[in-house]
Amino acid sequence: MVLMDKATRRHRWDMKFAPYGYVAPYFLIFGVFGLFPLLYTIWVSLQERNLLDEAAARIIWFDNYAKLMADPYFWNAMGNTLSLWLLTTVPQILFALFIAQLLNRKVRTRTLFRMGVILPNITSVAAVTIIFAQLFGRDFGLFNWLLGLFGAGQIDWQAGTASSHIAIAVMVVWRWTGYHALIFLASMQAISSSLYEAATLDGASGRQQFWRITVPLLRPQIIFTTIIATTGNMRLLAEPLLFNPGAAAATGGSDRQFQTAALYLYEQGFTKYDFGYSSSIAVVLAIATVIVAGIGYLVTKRIRTE
Amino acid sequence: MRPKALALGCAALATALVLSGCGSGTASGGKTKLTIGLFGNFGYAELLKEYAAAHPDVEISDRTASYSDHHKNLAAHLATSSGAADIEAVDTGYINQFKATPDKFVDLNTKGGDQLKDRWLPWKWEGSLSKDGKQIGYGTDVGGLAICYRRDLLQNAGLPADRDQVAALWPTWQDFMAAGKKFQEKAPEGVKWFDGGPTVLNAIVGQASVGYYDKTDKIVVGDNKEIKAGWDLVVDGVNSGLSAKLLYSTPVWNTGFKQGQFATVTCPAWQMAKIKDQAGPEAAGKWDVTSVPGGGGNWGGSYLTVPKSGKNVDKAVELAAWLTAPEQQAKVFKSAGLLPSIPKLYEDPSIVEYKNPYFNDAPIGKLFTDAAKKLNPQYQGPKAGDIQTAIGNAMQRVEQGKQNGQDSWNQFVGDVQK
Repeated sequence: MVLMDKATRRHRWDMKFAPYGYVAPYFLIFGVFGLFPLLYTIWVSLQERNLLDEAAARIIWFDNYAKLMADPYFWNAMGNTLSLWLLTTVPQILFALFIAQLLNRKVRTRTLFRMGVILPNITSVAAVTIIFAQLFGRDFGLFNWLLGLFGAGQIDWQAGTASSHIAIAVMVVWRWTGYHALIFLASMQAISSSLYEAATLDGASGRQQFWRITVPLLRPQIIFTTIIATTGNMRLLAEPLLFNPGAAAATGGSDRQFQTAALYLYEQGFTKYDFGYSSSIAVVLAIATVIVAGIGYLVTKRIRTE
Repeated sequence: MRPKALALGCAALATALVLSGCGSGTASGGKTKLTIGLFGNFGYAELLKEYAAAHPDVEISDRTASYSDHHKNLAAHLATSSGAADIEAVDTGYINQFKATPDKFVDLNTKGGDQLKDRWLPWKWEGSLSKDGKQIGYGTDVGGLAICYRRDLLQNAGLPADRDQVAALWPTWQDFMAAGKKFQEKAPEGVKWFDGGPTVLNAIVGQASVGYYDKTDKIVVGDNKEIKAGWDLVVDGVNSGLSAKLLYSTPVWNTGFKQGQFATVTCPAWQMAKIKDQAGPEAAGKWDVTSVPGGGGNWGGSYLTVPKSGKNVDKAVELAAWLTAPEQQAKVFKSAGLLPSIPKLYEDPSIVEYKNPYFNDAPIGKLFTDAAKKLNPQYQGPKAGDIQTAIGNAMQRVEQGKQNGQDSWNQFVGDVQK
């Protein structure tokens, strides 16, 4: 009797607390590598603090934020960030849908193709950017050579605002489209073929089936990828940094024409050593990312079957 | 169950922490492991082997990054007090930023540095001395100025190739630009007179009596007539089509050496190592060195510092002192062309008579020791490196046709005064 009693008690105790034990590792790791840096960044953003001189830091409350709101280079960086967000996220998702549709057919060696689309994603971002920066080179770049074949003049890709944004967007889209395509492909395969059969009987064309059946049924995945892409594309750092290597890399071009907010944060923190100001940029960028992701959510949520 | 899960979680966390905080002070077999963080080409490969052979208890590994990456990483490592190498090189453009927080570094004066002080040029010693008298770094080289040029390209354009005659072409920077206009008339398609405006401008700034700062650390570049005149001159050169529009120390600039896109490049002594690395053996003998327009001046040069966070600071200080000692600086001059910061060597016949075979046997010993003796040290303010970047960006805006010279200058002055 006593023995059983002990066992039931232990069982009950188990049921009550064990689940917390199972999820604890995630929360511990999230706390150390997620929550703590977040709160600490907010704390630093309230200080005037040199990166190298913690002892001399002093609290100035919201002065960094006031300065930030009046800083034209910050708004320039935010503008570039939004422009790059638009130029990367929209094509990424459209191309991904298109590629997923192609891969969903019964083509030969489709496993090879399916694996192939993920390859750009597992390549190192630094390697990708360095190679693309060469392809976009002014004097000996492949793209300018191709343009030259058609009689178009040479483009100094790094110099212009539009040209540099396009070049950076190409790198990001090339790297991430395959990843999103695989997510779409997995869900496409779950769509019952009877829907398409019925639509075919009703005389719907392939294009109509794609936009009226496939896309609406992929709505949850489109929402997911939009949010994932947004959080990634709002903090582009490596691409603009390595697109313009050299001592001036952190300014993102001679006139900051492709300096993203994340790059501006990097410039303030690691070349100007203004740790407090840099942290306030991080906080504002995080808030802006939440807002933009929210807008993306609201837009993609409107996809529905008619 | 719960404690078990907790323990598991802690184990996972501990693994993660151990993995992220790697690096140990002692290697196997009781050897002291020293790391040295460098950028560009210091010419230390042979010296480190020599030192390790003479000190069997020490194992040295060096890591080299690009100029800007190296200094940014160093700042991040110092800020977190972890990850810095035992010895870290710091360039003139950054030394002032670092010496503002001397407590991050070992004060070499407390490790016998004050005894060695007289080795160096006085201004080199003071360059890394903090306001409260702490010495954070031993000087390596100084950036005495010269011009490196392509003999074949000059000759083909009807200009002399002999280095004395070339030097006679450009006593001043105005003459340099005038010679460039002559060159450009006959130059083949795609070959320009100089590599890029920022490179030329840095040399002119390095020759000015006052640079970006006055001695009270006030930024005065906006009112500096000497620098503004240099700016206008370079802008005129750019507008006359003399510039290949390549920013120094970038991959496209490196390609420019390989492709022969420009005929001249401003040559602080350390530039010779870069040219040799980038232009490669096939360009041996095509390059030559001659004196710079406008006389003395300095651009760059470095220091070896010992961050306090290191585990073997005493051994590191010993190595840093050895690497910067006269004998080693003399060797580095012969192997990589880095100009010693040790005045005694400027009289040493083995240095003065040294000729560099890669540069068509140019008498670089005589050339650079003359430049070093004429060198008029300029006071560097706290953020001289940042301002140099900003003025480079400003010149690039002109080269890229984004702004005219005056607008770009005004924007630059506004930027640095912020």
